[in-house]
Amino acid sequence: MFAETPLVRRKLRREAVAKWIFCAMAASMIVPLLLIVGYLVIRAWPSLSLRFLVDMPANHMRDGGVWPALIGTIYLVVLSLAVSAPIGVLAAVYLNEYARDNWLNRLVNMAVINLAGVPSIIHALFGLGAFVYAARFGYSIVSASLTLAIMTLPVIIASTREALASVPRSFREACWNVGATRWQTIRAVVLPNSISGILTGLILQVSRAAGETAPIMFTGAVFFKAIQRGNPLPYGLHDSFMALSMHLFTLATQVPDVKESIPFATAVVLLGSVLLVNAAAIGLRVYLRSRKRW
Amino acid sequence: MQATPFPEPVEPDLILRHTARPAWAVLGERALEILICLCGISAIIFVFGIFFFVFKEAFPVLGNPKFSLRQFLFSDQWYPTSELNKRYGVLAMIAGTFSVVALAMAIAVPFGLGAAIYISEFCGAKTKETLKIVIELLAAIPSVVWGFIGLTVLSRLIVSWTGAPVGVNILNGGIILALMMVPIIVSIGEDALKAVPDSYREAALALGATRWQQVRHVLLPAARTGLLAAVLLGVGRAVGETMAVLMATGHAVHIPHSILDSVRTLTANIAAELGEAPAHSPHYEVLFLTGVLLFLMTFVMNLAAYSIIHGFKRK
Amino acid sequence: MSEPHIVVQDLCLAYGPKEVIHGISFEVQRHEIFGIIGPAQSGKTSLLRCINRTIDFSAEAAVAGTITVNGQDVRQLKDVYGLRRRIGMVAPLPVGLPLSIYDNVAFAPRCAGLTKRSQLDGLVEHCLRQAALWEEVKDRLDSLGTKLSGGQQQRLTIARALSHQPEILCLDEFSIAIDPVTTMRIEDVLKELRRHMTIILVTNLTQQARRLANRTMFLWSGAIVELDRSDVIFSEHPASRKTYEYVNGIFG
Repeated sequence: MFAETPLVRRKLRREAVAKWIFCAMAASMIVPLLLIVGYLVIRAWPSLSLRFLVDMPANHMRDGGVWPALIGTIYLVVLSLAVSAPIGVLAAVYLNEYARDNWLNRLVNMAVINLAGVPSIIHALFGLGAFVYAARFGYSIVSASLTLAIMTLPVIIASTREALASVPRSFREACWNVGATRWQTIRAVVLPNSISGILTGLILQVSRAAGETAPIMFTGAVFFKAIQRGNPLPYGLHDSFMALSMHLFTLATQVPDVKESIPFATAVVLLGSVLLVNAAAIGLRVYLRSRKRW
Repeated sequence: MQATPFPEPVEPDLILRHTARPAWAVLGERALEILICLCGISAIIFVFGIFFFVFKEAFPVLGNPKFSLRQFLFSDQWYPTSELNKRYGVLAMIAGTFSVVALAMAIAVPFGLGAAIYISEFCGAKTKETLKIVIELLAAIPSVVWGFIGLTVLSRLIVSWTGAPVGVNILNGGIILALMMVPIIVSIGEDALKAVPDSYREAALALGATRWQQVRHVLLPAARTGLLAAVLLGVGRAVGETMAVLMATGHAVHIPHSILDSVRTLTANIAAELGEAPAHSPHYEVLFLTGVLLFLMTFVMNLAAYSIIHGFKRK
Repeated sequence: MSEPHIVVQDLCLAYGPKEVIHGISFEVQRHEIFGIIGPAQSGKTSLLRCINRTIDFSAEAAVAGTITVNGQDVRQLKDVYGLRRRIGMVAPLPVGLPLSIYDNVAFAPRCAGLTKRSQLDGLVEHCLRQAALWEEVKDRLDSLGTKLSGGQQQRLTIARALSHQPEILCLDEFSIAIDPVTTMRIEDVLKELRRHMTIILVTNLTQQARRLANRTMFLWSGAIVELDRSDVIFSEHPASRKTYEYVNGIFG
């Protein structure tokens, strides 16, 4: 009764073909990427070393290391997170725990969603208009990190909301029933059980901020800035600064006669740090998911 | 945290009459709640702030007698620095954006949807986890690195494959942009397929369908609005992309005639010239106006995509 | 007769355009077990939520009428948290908070401002004993409340409800998600607790009301069909034909 008729064989063959086509499509995204990353590493190899990370640039920026750019990126990212993380998390707490469903809050929701889709060059324009000129911060690390903070803010809000919403409503109701205030409920039950999701979201935004070029290009990042070697805080708040992404862009497009492997090595450092941070966030998420408390 | 061996006997009304929250705790909580509310409203201030500032810097040029909005939108003559005859037509850039994004979509949509179907319906759990992580890492690659890849690796390949004089063109930008769009299309597309109830799949299986027949006849039609949203979001990202196209598409400001032509997109134009335009000059203001145009384009696309998504997530 | 504990006067409740409770009035006496029976969607849960004002968390709810507890109108009260501490609420589905068992029961007193460790210890043990859970968990007060079984979590919820020493205990269909043995144990607990507080028992098990309640109110589609002593409601001749039919399973 279940013998393989020609129709069945044809169906199964078509099924196998379809499966392999889709598999090939998925693979075709990944394989070229691995090849490209491999190629980048090979071309960067002569310059890749730990010294590359801590050396100053030499020979009119055509050789040497990327230390000022690396420290600049770190400084930039820390500053922008220091602004966007508290505001973003508290805004998400407001939207998910306190807000009533009225017109104002629906508008806020829409605003957050749309802010997440704004192109990075628009953020650059905004930073230029608002922080460099209107607020008179000039071309500085302050302008650039505030611009990056506004850029990462909506995604922090969205991912924090998701983390908060994953805590079941029944827990909150149980707390309200015994006379706890909203904040007591949030502090005792909601926040401790969503902190992992919140942290993952923050880490991912760190990596995004580190890789952006356009928003910092017009608000304070420069290709060359003389800094003191060995000073852990080489940039003042109102100084212009160097950053890895800007460094790569300029080396690749505007500097002739640069030693071949230097831009490749810069790209590998930037790509490597971003992927490392993302992998850490993914690892954190996987680990915490296995330790669910309900 | 064991109970102490001899706990105090419980007073009736201990809670009601003998305890109260200290005043500082109550006031502190109130202050914190006000702070929380302010942060919530701040998001709305920021999005309107973005639009406001960009428009504010662009606004003066609209009143400038030498500027014509018609020329801006419909002329391909872009000569902002000419001494005698300044012209501000961005049509060539619009064509540039359009051509690169169209090519990118033509590549990314089939591959992205195919990958989404594979991940959602055909592969095993372990492969699925791995693939999803890979896609997430792909999405994390900074756009300047993509641009660098286009400028160095891909342009050499294009020159040797096609014999074009220059390797930075629509083809280069289109491929790079496609690689950047794929993660979004895959992850949202996979969400859309996941949202189709299992009962549909089971019904198809019960009728004797193979996996592929299931996908083609039942799941794709059921998920089509979600898949459309995935594509729209991908396009939104592609239109707004700056650094990668700046580095990979070349610098020619003209309406392209072939896939091997260099072009300049709207985003790349702003990035390339903003540094040189004197602050608050007409050139500067027109660049901001281009920003307003871009903002509106991506705003509309993202709004459409999200309203579709919220439709199907609620189901 | 002493003052009634709770007085409800012309209570109306609407969720948006839909009216759920249509002007009901009744009284609850001190130290009685007051049963409320009725089919689903009768407004029983909403009524309880009006009494402890957790209805405030539903944005579309509009309440009219008065509810007084000890003579005070609950809707005019400024200290709504104090009110909720005077009323204990047990929800239908057992909820163990993702805290340790000790912290589950100590949560409410801590919110109220009680921080002295020895007092908390005493209160936690007392409430867990009252809820008939102490013997099973006394050696693992540190473990997570969410890892207990359904019946244990429901008793934990009762311990939590008792932890702020309420005058009134409301139970909303507490037995629907737990096994019959635990249900019987909790019913014994309620009979004990009656000596200390007033109990409102909402249930869809008419036999449960018959066993436990002194007086029972039959609520149907947001209106009171009949309110009387339990031995009348569950007898052969209640005042309303509908009551007889519901109690005997002819509808509902």
